Amino acid sequence: MRRRDHDVVVIGAGTAGMVAGARLAEAGADVCVIAKGVGSTHLAPGTIDVLGYAPGRVESPADALTSLAADHPYALIGSAAVADAVDWFTATATAAAGAFPGYAYVGSLERNLLLPTAVGALKPSALVPETFVAGDARQLDGLTVVGTPLLRDFHASLCADNLRAAGLRTTTVSLEVELDRVDANALGFARRFDDPRWRAAFSARLAPLLTGAGPVGLPAVLGLRDPHAVLTDLQAQLGRRVFEIPTLPPSVPGMRLFEILHHALRRAGGRLVIGAGVVSHRREGDRVAEVQTATAGSNTTYAADAFVLASGGFHSGAITLDSHWQAHEQVLGLTLTGVPDAGAPRFVPSYFAEQPLSRAGVAVGPDLRATGVSNVVVAGASLPGSASWREASGEGIALASGYRAAEVTATALGAGAIA
Amino acid sequence: MSDLFEIELLRGTLDHCVKCTICETACPVSNASPLFPGPKYAGPQSERYRVSDEAAVDASVDYCSGCGICSQVCPQGVKIAEINAQARHRLKRQRGIPLRDRIITRPTWLGRAGTPVAPLANWTLGFRPLRVLAERTLGVHRDAPAPRFAGRRFSRWARAHTSPAAPRKVIYFHGCGTEYYEPWEGERVVAVLEHNGFEVVVPEQDCCGLPLQSSGLFEDARRSVRRLAHSLASQLADERTIIVGNATSCTLMLKREAREILGLEDDPELRRVAERTYDICELLLELHQRGELRTDFRPIPERIAYHAPCQQQGHWIGKPALELLSLIPELEVREMHARCCGIAGTYGLKAEKYEIAMAVGRSLFEQVEASGAAEVACDSETCRWQITHGTHLPSVHPIDYLYRAYGLDHG
Repeated sequence: MRRRDHDVVVIGAGTAGMVAGARLAEAGADVCVIAKGVGSTHLAPGTIDVLGYAPGRVESPADALTSLAADHPYALIGSAAVADAVDWFTATATAAAGAFPGYAYVGSLERNLLLPTAVGALKPSALVPETFVAGDARQLDGLTVVGTPLLRDFHASLCADNLRAAGLRTTTVSLEVELDRVDANALGFARRFDDPRWRAAFSARLAPLLTGAGPVGLPAVLGLRDPHAVLTDLQAQLGRRVFEIPTLPPSVPGMRLFEILHHALRRAGGRLVIGAGVVSHRREGDRVAEVQTATAGSNTTYAADAFVLASGGFHSGAITLDSHWQAHEQVLGLTLTGVPDAGAPRFVPSYFAEQPLSRAGVAVGPDLRATGVSNVVVAGASLPGSASWREASGEGIALASGYRAAEVTATALGAGAIA
Repeated sequence: MSDLFEIELLRGTLDHCVKCTICETACPVSNASPLFPGPKYAGPQSERYRVSDEAAVDASVDYCSGCGICSQVCPQGVKIAEINAQARHRLKRQRGIPLRDRIITRPTWLGRAGTPVAPLANWTLGFRPLRVLAERTLGVHRDAPAPRFAGRRFSRWARAHTSPAAPRKVIYFHGCGTEYYEPWEGERVVAVLEHNGFEVVVPEQDCCGLPLQSSGLFEDARRSVRRLAHSLASQLADERTIIVGNATSCTLMLKREAREILGLEDDPELRRVAERTYDICELLLELHQRGELRTDFRPIPERIAYHAPCQQQGHWIGKPALELLSLIPELEVREMHARCCGIAGTYGLKAEKYEIAMAVGRSLFEQVEASGAAEVACDSETCRWQITHGTHLPSVHPIDYLYRAYGLDHG
């Protein structure tokens, strides 16, 4: 029998699902976010890239958003909701009662920042943690990139070579750091930086090695407990501005992003159940009445008036292409759109070219409602119409569509417009 | 279990690993100690190099505490903890099982030996020179939290107790912690269930085998869990009858772990028991959602902390205890965010692992202290003992607050 009843069940705990869940809970809905596992936040850099390329590099996302194709997720969401979502997120992240007091997200839809990646490319981002801001290449003359041989996921000289190729005066410092283990990742370092004494000792060793001008770029390891304090301390100790450069997963700023959203969800009375992958569902007429999740012992039924599908699309396996070249939405069996016709090419040989399949997703109407069912709203990477990795738009679509999905769902539930 | 089944459901899941490292972000042990290299490394990566019948070259999987969080957070469905539990079993089989692991994994032996002589046994467990001796000879850490024998057994109370006949019947699986150390918890569970209109049946029962399983003694663990499942299954003739337990790690063993880790998916009795077993808070929340839970709660004007144990999280049902506790007027509940208290059943008792367990638990202990709570609610008995050990605060099962709020403590 195992059964739970909620107003809304959100499927997926990445940025889109957590935003939708938090917003619905804030609107007073009884909401439960269920997910097979932890979502994409831990793998992404923790920035909110709204629109970086369309197809040339975008200076102002606000301007570029208005000229997207009519079936692009942003066109469906609408510029106003995108702006509201960005405002809501900035306020939520920065809230004194939030997960990380003082750890502000900085930026706007008016101008993209331009931030170094781990390989020294420059990536346009609309909204970034304060720990990234000093790396904005638009404001930069010279900089120093610091690495350590122990962190094999980050190579300062590789990053610096490419930044120099982009015209930035870049020096590198390689600092020997001892941890208690031979195989350290960004997370292992972040936990060290949480310790004020450890980071003071780190700064004391690094300071005399800094010769070049400008800010100091470190791999994104500036702590998981109080990143604002870590940034403040390092800048004071080094006498320079300091910024983070995203690493390979696990992404420390991405883990912070998850905590920000999780905190907001919980504070508003929403629930999160991790480990609850959807295995089947039941429809009543044109409604999805309930989903079944795998739980210990036997499945649990989650019944709800409305569902938000934020399950991650192809990236997470929520949409698949089988060996007969048929595409399937795995969670609720929804209709897909954007899949090339039988016989037409799904892929092209150039890896980095836009793939014909890449804009496929769950067919939705103008209010993000899934086609063919009346009570499912879609958010995040399952939406069709974008090639987010080429556009640098994935997190922005996740945030804005999660926000919009909550609006649509709350209105449908009769909870009224969200405060 | 057929080989194909095993390949599909357990070991074969390692092929779904995309090396995303999400498990590494959640592992309490590898984040506290370099001796365990982390679930991804010890699990899907190392498993490819573990060839049956060949000697293992890397023993680090022995430092996995078996908390299971890695499997819970994995977005690809890789059975990391379960793969590691089987690897630990093979490692132990090759290298030999310490006498200590054969002793501390048998709560029934210990309970039966200690209960009649509880004052002496408790004195012994608290007597420093003997604990030092036990550490040197057996490898049980001198400071590890040892529960106190209650000196009476829950099952005795249950035999003398008559549950009022009611249309709804529930089978109570109390576990060894309730039987030998905290019989009052069982009495409170029974009282809360009866207050909600259940007739409570307490069948003859014994250890679920979880401690044996987590120390790699699989053959003994299988015997234990099958015997228990047989006893419980005999009560399930009525299709509506369910089993409920308050020892959340033991109910998880019945629901899922024994079937997956011990390879008992094909056991029909265990399957029936698994499908019908509920954690007590899971059941009560479900009743509440159906409007069938009594809510005649008196206020409890206290501030408490709530810690959801790893094994409770392994039920994949969220945190029902939090929702139940929120029904009690004036009870201020602070949810703890730290993942693990460190003890993981018997892991933190072992001399070579005690310090790791304490390091794992440190952030929980700090959060509890910072919360200003006077008491800590937690669904697992070994976690409660560890929390009390680490914080010096009392720790009780969430059901205790319902018991008090119903006024059942005043008869």
